[in-house]
Amino acid sequence: MTTAKDGSPLGDPTAAVQEPMLDGSGAGGASTDTLSGYVSAWWQRVRAGELGVIPIVIGLVVIAIVFGSLDETFFVERNFTNLLLQVAPVATLAIGVVFVLLIGEIDLSVAYVSAVGGVMMTLLLRPEASNWPWWAAIGVAVAITTAIGLLHALIFTKAGIPSFVVTLGGLLIWSGVVLILTTDYSTSGTIRIQNTAVIGIASDFLSDAWGWVVGAAIVGGFALTQVQKARSQRARGLLAKPTIVILLQVAGLGLVTSAAVWYANKDRGVPKVTLILLILLAFWSFVSVRTRFGRHVYAVGGNPEAARRAGIDVDRVRIAVFMISGFMAGVGGVILASRLRSVATGSGGGPLLLNVIAAAVIGGTSLFGGSGRVVSALLGALVIGAIQNGMGLLQLEQGPQAVITGLVLLAAVLVDALSKRRRAASGVA
Amino acid sequence: MQDSPLLECRGVSKAFGAVQALYRVDFEVRRGEVMALVGDNGAGKSTLIKGIAGIHPFDEGEVHFDGERVDIHGPRDAAKLGIEVVYQDLALSDNLDVVANMFLGRERTRWGFVLDEANMEHEAKETLEGLSVTTLRSVRQNVSGLSGGQRQAVAVAKSVLWNSLEMILDEPTAALGVAQTRQVLDLVRRLAEKDLGVVIITHNLHDVFEVADRITVLRLGQRVALLEKSQTTQQEVVQAITAGTLTRVPGMAEAGVDQV
Repeated sequence: MTTAKDGSPLGDPTAAVQEPMLDGSGAGGASTDTLSGYVSAWWQRVRAGELGVIPIVIGLVVIAIVFGSLDETFFVERNFTNLLLQVAPVATLAIGVVFVLLIGEIDLSVAYVSAVGGVMMTLLLRPEASNWPWWAAIGVAVAITTAIGLLHALIFTKAGIPSFVVTLGGLLIWSGVVLILTTDYSTSGTIRIQNTAVIGIASDFLSDAWGWVVGAAIVGGFALTQVQKARSQRARGLLAKPTIVILLQVAGLGLVTSAAVWYANKDRGVPKVTLILLILLAFWSFVSVRTRFGRHVYAVGGNPEAARRAGIDVDRVRIAVFMISGFMAGVGGVILASRLRSVATGSGGGPLLLNVIAAAVIGGTSLFGGSGRVVSALLGALVIGAIQNGMGLLQLEQGPQAVITGLVLLAAVLVDALSKRRRAASGVA
Repeated sequence: MQDSPLLECRGVSKAFGAVQALYRVDFEVRRGEVMALVGDNGAGKSTLIKGIAGIHPFDEGEVHFDGERVDIHGPRDAAKLGIEVVYQDLALSDNLDVVANMFLGRERTRWGFVLDEANMEHEAKETLEGLSVTTLRSVRQNVSGLSGGQRQAVAVAKSVLWNSLEMILDEPTAALGVAQTRQVLDLVRRLAEKDLGVVIITHNLHDVFEVADRITVLRLGQRVALLEKSQTTQQEVVQAITAGTLTRVPGMAEAGVDQV
């Protein structure tokens, strides 16, 4: 329903008066104060093409059904915790890529930059050489990858070279640096990590009790932010989400979260790295949605000229975003190295880069800038991870695996394009 | 309506290389008045506006604002005085909602960095209601879904929100249909009723006679007429636009004027 479309009959000067008033309580807009009103408003948005996370959720369910019926081990508890471990590095890198996509740019170097981070950390940790404490090694590694992001951003903004080209150059350079370092410091091309704290990042699990604490924190945090938002909106006489909807959403999230914790606890527990990933997601979601900087990121992606005229320092936003990408690449590189317990000449290569960008895009972040959410990094990584995990269980060859992953990516982009067309047609967004 | 002008340009000139875009132009707007700025392409309308907005400062001449002489060297100077220009392309971010667009670059925050959404939404709604903009379904709607007239209204409301005293609208109805043009012209009138000084640049003489109190006609960089709407006709304005008397013919030297 598109009552407020302004294509009122030509020459009818009173058309404006008859249209619904601002607060949406007029004849045209359903009141969103009640549950049924909220649901029908939501359904209108869906029909108008604002699909939100629906395609992803449907996709995950379909994937689960397909692989679950093809291979009974897909639903085994151990495979669930494995999936959580597999998803973490891709999702971590994808968070940085989401920011870059939000400003309408691309970072092709993230995979190799993450490998640079992993290699630097590993070299600093070597017990026979520098033997740094784990926190210092990780800190320096992440500082280096952040600086690499800054370097890319400076070339991109100050010299005006497209980010595609700058980071393509970066891809080649940092893959070379990884190769040089790993061959210089080892004969086999593989450097093992012996620091237990670092290995523990991606192989330790939370105790059952801590798993429940984390689950409760997620649900509680969500509930708190929702209630607070609704309260401040009501305090100003604005429309807010009805309390019953918040209750239902909290209950739904609680159900899914407890199911996940319960299932993980039946195996080894909730992986520590999952907790790290959730903290990163919460932090960057907050930055992107609730802060002035986040608003400017979306503005630069939507219309750089409008952002510039609004007094936003567009280049500074771009530089910060590429530094976030570098930072998250470093964190992801540490997690990946920890998971593999080593770095090697091939670190950062293979399908990692494409998986990361595909995760961000499948999760619903537009390649054209200005639209997407940080959580899409996790959702997309879950889709990619589940498909590859399932195909691994079925012992499919690399070839078919790549073909199927590519088809899923195309399907995701297709859904996005079609829903965007629908949105444009109905004038919602 | 007060008689002392809110904005007054005295003898402003601007040259781009050999091209004299403005030559000793006088221009004024009073509070609560809609001043139409008309002229053919290349008459200097945009140059005059850009000078006032500080984008291309004038080469010579004086600008007075609120009775005081002011120097406008950049867009920020103009904004500080309360002069806002709503350009033809509106400069809105399609992917952001109405509230976010209205506060873009000047977001309300708590602790300096966390957006105060409820506060901004409240103020955005008040401003829109104050301008009787009632066609928006929701201020949380993305701008991409708005019609041309609604977008214009959001762009204008954005300027009003920032307490501008003087609003300059560059061809606000150029891309609009009849009903939407009507809405925007109503909005322009309401701005004047709020005691703002309003300048409207337009090619459409029908709009001019609909909304303006006075009309400044530029031709080849000079002011050739300043007309009261109530005492003029469309024919007279067209006459001025196409054949207004010039004090100085471009390319010809004149007594007392240095050659360019």
